[in-house]
Parts: sequence; C-alpha cells; structure tokens
Amino acid sequence: MSEWSKALSGFAPDAAAEQTLSGNYGLQLEDPLLFEQDAPGRTGVDLPEPAAADRLGALRREGAIGLPGLSEPQVVRHFMRASQKNYGIDMGLYPLGSCTMKHNPRLNEKLARLPGFADIHPLQPQSTVQGALELIDVLAGWLKALTGMPAIAMSPAAGAHGELCGMMCIAAALEARGEQRRRVLVPESAHGTNPATAATCGLGVDAIPANERGRIDLAALKAKLGPDVAAIMLTNPNTCGLFEDEILAIAEAVHAAGAYVYCDGANFNALIGRVRPGDLGIDAMHLNLHKTFSTPHGGGGPGSGPVVLAASLAGFAPLPWLVHDQSGFRLIEQAEGPPAQTIGRLKGNHGQMGMFVRALAYIMSHGADGLRQLSGDAVLNANYLLARLGDALTASYPGPCMHEVLFDDRFLRDTGVTTLDFAKALTDEGFHPMTMYFPLVVHGALLMEPTESESRASLDRFIEVVLGLVARAKTGDGAAFHAAPRFTPRRRLDETAAARKPVLRWRKAPAAAV
Amino acid sequence: MRYLPLTGADRSAMLAAIGADSVAALFRDVPRAAALDGLLELPRAMGEIEVERALERLAAKNLPASTAPSFLGCGVYRHHVPAAVDHLIQRGEFLTSYTPYQPEVSQGTLQSMFEFQTQVALITGMEVANASMYDGATACAEAVMMANRLTRRRRAILAGDLHPHYRETTETYARFGGFEIVAREPDPAAADDLAALVDDGTSCVVVQNPGCFGEVRDFSALAAACHRAGALLVVVVTETVSLGLVKPPGEMGADIVAGEGQSLGNALAFGGPHLGLFAAREKFVRQMPGRLVGATVDAAGRRGFVLTLATREQHIRREKATSNICTNSGLCALAFTIHLALLGEVGFARLARLNHAQAVRLADRLTALPGVSVLTDRFFNEFTLRLGRPAAPVVEALAQRGVLAGVPASRLWPGRPELADLLILAATETNTEEDMTALAEGLREVLG
Ligand SMILES: Cc1ncc(COP(=O)(O)O)c(C=O)c1O
Repeated sequence: MSEWSKALSGFAPDAAAEQTLSGNYGLQLEDPLLFEQDAPGRTGVDLPEPAAADRLGALRREGAIGLPGLSEPQVVRHFMRASQKNYGIDMGLYPLGSCTMKHNPRLNEKLARLPGFADIHPLQPQSTVQGALELIDVLAGWLKALTGMPAIAMSPAAGAHGELCGMMCIAAALEARGEQRRRVLVPESAHGTNPATAATCGLGVDAIPANERGRIDLAALKAKLGPDVAAIMLTNPNTCGLFEDEILAIAEAVHAAGAYVYCDGANFNALIGRVRPGDLGIDAMHLNLHKTFSTPHGGGGPGSGPVVLAASLAGFAPLPWLVHDQSGFRLIEQAEGPPAQTIGRLKGNHGQMGMFVRALAYIMSHGADGLRQLSGDAVLNANYLLARLGDALTASYPGPCMHEVLFDDRFLRDTGVTTLDFAKALTDEGFHPMTMYFPLVVHGALLMEPTESESRASLDRFIEVVLGLVARAKTGDGAAFHAAPRFTPRRRLDETAAARKPVLRWRKAPAAAV
Repeated sequence: MRYLPLTGADRSAMLAAIGADSVAALFRDVPRAAALDGLLELPRAMGEIEVERALERLAAKNLPASTAPSFLGCGVYRHHVPAAVDHLIQRGEFLTSYTPYQPEVSQGTLQSMFEFQTQVALITGMEVANASMYDGATACAEAVMMANRLTRRRRAILAGDLHPHYRETTETYARFGGFEIVAREPDPAAADDLAALVDDGTSCVVVQNPGCFGEVRDFSALAAACHRAGALLVVVVTETVSLGLVKPPGEMGADIVAGEGQSLGNALAFGGPHLGLFAAREKFVRQMPGRLVGATVDAAGRRGFVLTLATREQHIRREKATSNICTNSGLCALAFTIHLALLGEVGFARLARLNHAQAVRLADRLTALPGVSVLTDRFFNEFTLRLGRPAAPVVEALAQRGVLAGVPASRLWPGRPELADLLILAATETNTEEDMTALAEGLREVLG
C-alpha cells in the first residue's frame, strides 16, 4: 500500500498530451456515460402496456427513478466502445500471477447456455433436474479424483468463499471435539483473503515467517504450534510460485499438535495430474474453477470455489448435500435428524451451476492425459520465463519454480523506476502486466504466471520486450517510465484523488460528473 | 490437445534453455512419496463433438422453463433477457479480463461498474452501491455484519418472511462470526410486530420486500423505530424488477439494501451464478464490503475510473478488512447493467407494471378454483395460495404433466405442517395466457 502511494506521488497532469478534435484516437472511441445520453421516453425494449391492475395501493413508487432512456443501437455501441477499452486474455498474454489467466474455451460458453442448464429453476421438483444434479455429481467426482480427497462441498461462490467454507468446517470440527482453538497460522506470503477469512470465522491470525528459500520456516512453525492453534492456512504452490517441499513434515507437525491443514488451492494449476493434495496431508482445500478450470473471470467474477475435504471434515460440509440412491439424485437441503454436524448453508441455492458446466466441459476436453500435460506446460512456461529473464530481472528465489515466477525490484535499484512504472510501460507495449506488489514478502514484487495457454512465440515476444524495457530503465530513461502508459485508452489515473473525495455514482449537473 | 499451443519441439527447446532434462525434473520439489508418475484412472481427452454430445445428453434430462410453463420465483425469476445483453457480455474484452487492477487497460469494466453502481443506487433509492457481491443471501449476511460494525452491537432480528436461504446463510456466518440472530417464525400474513422487538442491543432488523410469501409492505415506521433505538434497517429485495413499481427501500428509511440482481440480465441457471446487490447510505461507505469504483481523472485530464477506497478490502487490510470477498459477480453485474440500460426509465417501469398485471391476472384466475385462496394481500409479481392440501405432491403431479407450478412452502420451510398446504407462485412477462390456462386446468384436475 505505501509502495503504491509512493509510486503514485509523482502524479502530474500532462498538458502536452496530443489532442484530437473528437477525443477519439483512431479505433479508441469515446462515449458519454449512459446517464449522459438520456432522452426521456426512449427505450431499447418494446413491451406491451398492460391493462391497469393494482394490488399495491399506496405502496407504489412515486416520481421518476432517474434511469436514462436509450435505444438498442445506442446501448450496443456504448458497450462495444467500452469493451474496446479493456484488455482480455482473448487479446494477448495476461501474465497476472496468482490469477491463472488461461484461455476460456468458447465451447464451454455454448454448453452453459443450453436451456437444459440455463433455463432451469433451482427450486423446481428434483425429478425434473436429474441431469443437472448428475452433472454436479460427475464434476464433483472429477475434482475429488484429481485432488485425492474423499468429500467435496460444491456451493462456495469463489475462492474466498471456499476458504470460509473450509475454515468453518475446521472450526465446527474443533467445536465437536470440545476444543477451544482460536489461533490460525498464516504465512506472511499468503493472499489477503486468507487472514480476512480467518477473521470472518472469528479466529485470530498469527503470521509465520518464510525461510530464505521462500518457503514456510518449519522450525518457526513448530515453535508457534500449541493447543490453541486451530489450523494453518497455507498455499501450495505458495504465492512465490514455489512448492512447499516440506509439506509432509508441516502437515505431520500440524496434525500432531491437533490442528488442521487448510490449503489455498488458487495455484492448483501447477499440480493437476502431478500430485494430489490428499497425499500431502491436506484436510481442506478450495479449488478456483475460475482459475484452474478456465471459467472466465468476466472482469472480476463470477467465480466458483468448491472445497475438497478430508474424511475427518466431511460431515461438516455445508448444505445442500447431493446424494444418489435408487430413486436417482437428491439434494439434502436441510439437516435431517441428529446428529447434524453441518456448518449450515453458505449461499442461496446449490452453487454456481453455470460455472460447473463450463468446468466439466473443460475437464472432459482435456481428460487425464490433457490435464497432466497442461500442468506440465504451465510449469514449463513459467520456468522458461525464469530462465530467460533471470539475469536481467532479479528472481527472488532460485528455480525451478512452479506455474509462476516471482521477481523483485532489485534490478530497478537506482534507476528511479518503480515496479508500478515498469508495469505501466508493459501496458504501452500491448501486454497486460504481471501482478505487482504481491506477495508482500519481497520488495516491489513482480509475479508472472504465463499459464499453459501461451505459445513459445508469444513468450519470446514478451521476453524481448521485458529485456528491452530493463535495458531502457538502466540507461536512466526514468522519465519515459514515469510518463507511461501513453498509448492506452487512459493515461495514469489519479487514485489518490479518487479515494480522497469519492465519486461513486453519476449525479445530474450542476455537480456535473467530474 | 486443442487448447495447448506448445509443440514437442517447443518443449525440448525450452527445456534446453532452462537446462532441465525433462518436465518431470521441474517438479523435483514435490515429495517422491506423493508424486504421481503416470496418469490417473480417469477418462482421456475428448474432441468438441464428444464433449458436446455428452453434456447435451445431461441437459436433455432436465425440464427447462422454455418447454414447460413455469411459475417459480422465491428469489430467482425468469425474465426475458434482450438478445443484445448476451452478445455484449460475450465480447472477449469483457468476458476474459480479470478484476480491473490496471485501470488504464480496464476502463471498459470500470466504467460499466460505475454505471452499475449508479443504477443500483437509483432503483433502490439509496446513495451508494458497491460493484456486487456473490448473491443476495451472502449480501444479506454481509449487511448484518456491516450493521454490527456500525452499531457496535451483535444482535440482528430477521423477519419471518425473509427467504430461508438468506436466513440460513446469515445464521451460518453468525455462528462462526460470534454474533446473535433472532429469527422470527415464518409469517405468511406479515403480521409480526418487529418494532416491538428492537432494543438497545439490536444492531439491525432485516426485512424483505416483497417478502418471501409475496407480501409488500411499507417499512417506514419500522425504520423510525430502529433509528430511535440506534439500530439499522436492512431491506432485502430478491425481485429487482419490483423496484420499477414498488416504493423503494431508500424512501422507507433503509440504511442498507441487500438484494439479488439475477432478475435483470441473468438466467435462472439452476441457482447460479447470480449477483448480490449491496447499497447503503453514503456515510456508511467506509464500512461497506466489496469493491467500489470511483471516478477520477487521468494524466491528460480526462475522466476515468478506478477501484477505490480499497483500504476496506482484504488485499490491503487483511484480517482487518470489512469482508473477505475478492472475486465478485462482475459479468453478471454487466449483464444487469446492459439489460437495465436497454429498458431505461420507461421500459423498467413498464416491465414492472407488466409483471404486476400478470400476477394479478393469475391470482384472479386461480382463486376461481374451488378450495383455493390467495393469502397475499398486497403483492407485486408473486403471491401465496392456500391449496387446502399438501402442496409438494401437487407440484410434483403438475411437473409430470409438464407444468412447473411454483414453489411449495415446504421446500423452503420443511417440517412445518402449518405451511404444508401453501404454494408460492410468480408470474412474469414471460408467461403467456396459455401458460396460465395450463396451470389453472392442471391445478383443477390435480386438486380434483
Ligand atoms: C492465492 C489466492 N488466494 C485466494 C484468492 C481469492 O480467490 P477469489 O478471488 O476467487 O475469492 C486469490 C485470488 O484472487 C488468490 O490468488
């Protein structure tokens, strides 16, 4: 955070920017906000005016809402123009570490839209949705087999929601054992959702340091274990892109202390078909279908975060449960009779069905052979970046890495260029930047995850540009970096002003929108 | 494998550049005892044709609303989504982008979220809205946690006609988060006097409008009672289209609105992905969960948008964050925004009137059936019927005839004999006259 604001403190409007008359720049087309295109009475949807009916009386809304009226061509143009101000994996390399920005097959989109999946209601009789329940069961079977875990909770809506599910199961299991354990050990390199999840479960967070190899310091961990420790929340491969090679000893120590091992499975892309978390002593782990299994990120969501569970936690899984008997598939939506150990419900309905269809199509397309190949390619691509960039950038840890590779900003020392500047220069070159300033364990982190979707030629182009930028930074051309990006739909944006005086919605003039 | 661009020659050349003998060598940190040497006993890769066939077979085992008249609601509603919506959200630049952490190359997403926030604030009558939550139920749980932080109290009262999934989700968060829930008995008549329960330990009262049985109410007096006691009023809206016709929560004095936005732009999808709406008074914004987009300027002085007030969020504040949420429902929110942009003021209000008229018509037709009565006094597009016999078998029998009749109350409140003969039905603009006839005739036959 402090690095962020420092990096931004050089913010200064660039009056010399070249201007066109329209404000457009070639194919970069501007458009006013929807609210600035209003013509009262206009609409983009033709609906019949119904006969008067009233069962609301005085509960009717009075006065206008303030929504703008646009026709369909205006709306289509508006969002087309908006879309062209976005970078997507469909356009190019998106090496955003920890986010697994891989190709999103269009077959999956097509199948998720079949009326038999998209046009069924979650509360219609279960006899009329047997195919949907079967699909969930088949996907659950794959996920359990790939992770080597006996049980799964399908309903969590994203990674952080899965963390919550897993940690609640652990808290419930401890409660059932009659134990008061309120401390969770979280490596310093953990994603922010991990400590936030622990806190949401009412648990305290205790940070554990990394060793000089970028992994959990086993001795420090052991020193922190005690009768008040509920769990460790680790990530494997961790957020430095490294496999926790002492995982078996870690799990053994944690279990010996009576605690559980939660694994953040955000990085499972490195492991599919190579090792099963169930063989590593892990008790609970979420999978991000929107990372590993290619369901699209959609500019921030939706996701899906099923959680695989060890036998010791299976009974605590959230409702609903999916069971299969002679009469077919059945959802158990309410705890039936004692002893009900379930943590309860975590969201509305049964899970992110649309994401399940996509993930299953993706998994079936690959099969066991393709999945093992893809983790191999993902790891190979990351190691290729490490090999080719390791001399020019400063790799934080020696290889081999897993599916992502971590650099820090030592290579920028004395250049006046920051990680942020470097990232912005990459956007000018037509690449989405890597993850910046995460993980927090190294200074000015640059975390690159190319994924298996990149060809060698694509990586080579990226490498050439990165090497060129490093050379430019070292020649002292800091100004060029501070001015970047120059060719994107917007130049650097004033985030400080945005936070100081938040404008979170459009309002009618005179307080005209900015 | 069609999704993998590396060739065998690429792999060899890359391994040589790395200085490794094999891909397996790159996995050397994986303990030998656990590493898989060969393939798991699972099916092998398939082409598009085979995958498509396999999943079409599963899809064909379901009864979609496109082939059966459907009157289900209870938090998930079937509305007509204009074709332009799906076309636009499938633009690769929207579909395949990540959370807009790099604003200069994410203005499409950011601007759309800013428009979404504005639309949500307008229709709920609130001052500010965030960029979405997972769904309505989790938004409800987050609203209670936010009220707890704001009031420094730990007891929430949940109305009896709050959707049971919302109540159960909130109870789960409460059990582990260490706060208290007072859940009122299910209340089809909406007669519960919630104001009498509010005291100086109450952080908030959570009501739903329209309620899960369909009843619409004015909560202005309850809001005043909450505020007198230093508590907040949380209003849940599960049918967003109602806001085109019904007095909005903001005009009733709501402090936080937690809603489900699926009705606009989004398919039934067997319950997900949907999208949580979250709106509040502006003075509470620093305690809000989730992402917020704000307007600012770029280095050339042009308007642009960024994620802002991130010091509430997990990636900055870690265990002190207002919520652990990270990924939200971005693309569902975009679909919502495009659908509502197409509707506009005129279309949104007309859509709401149309839904209301459809439900009134359906209610009138069904009350003509012998032994059937409508319990709901004031409703929008959903109401509750008393059938005089258990509703679940009736619904099952109608499903066998190809009519999806509604949600038996026993599905949401099992084990409560007093609710067993209640059927909750919704009508929308997608229902035709023939649908209503099929339902009425089917009910007449099944009820005998
Ligand atoms: C390591 C890690 N853990 C957890 C998360 C949270 O997952 P989600 O955004 O799906 O909630 C992410 C990604 O955002 C992540 O990279």
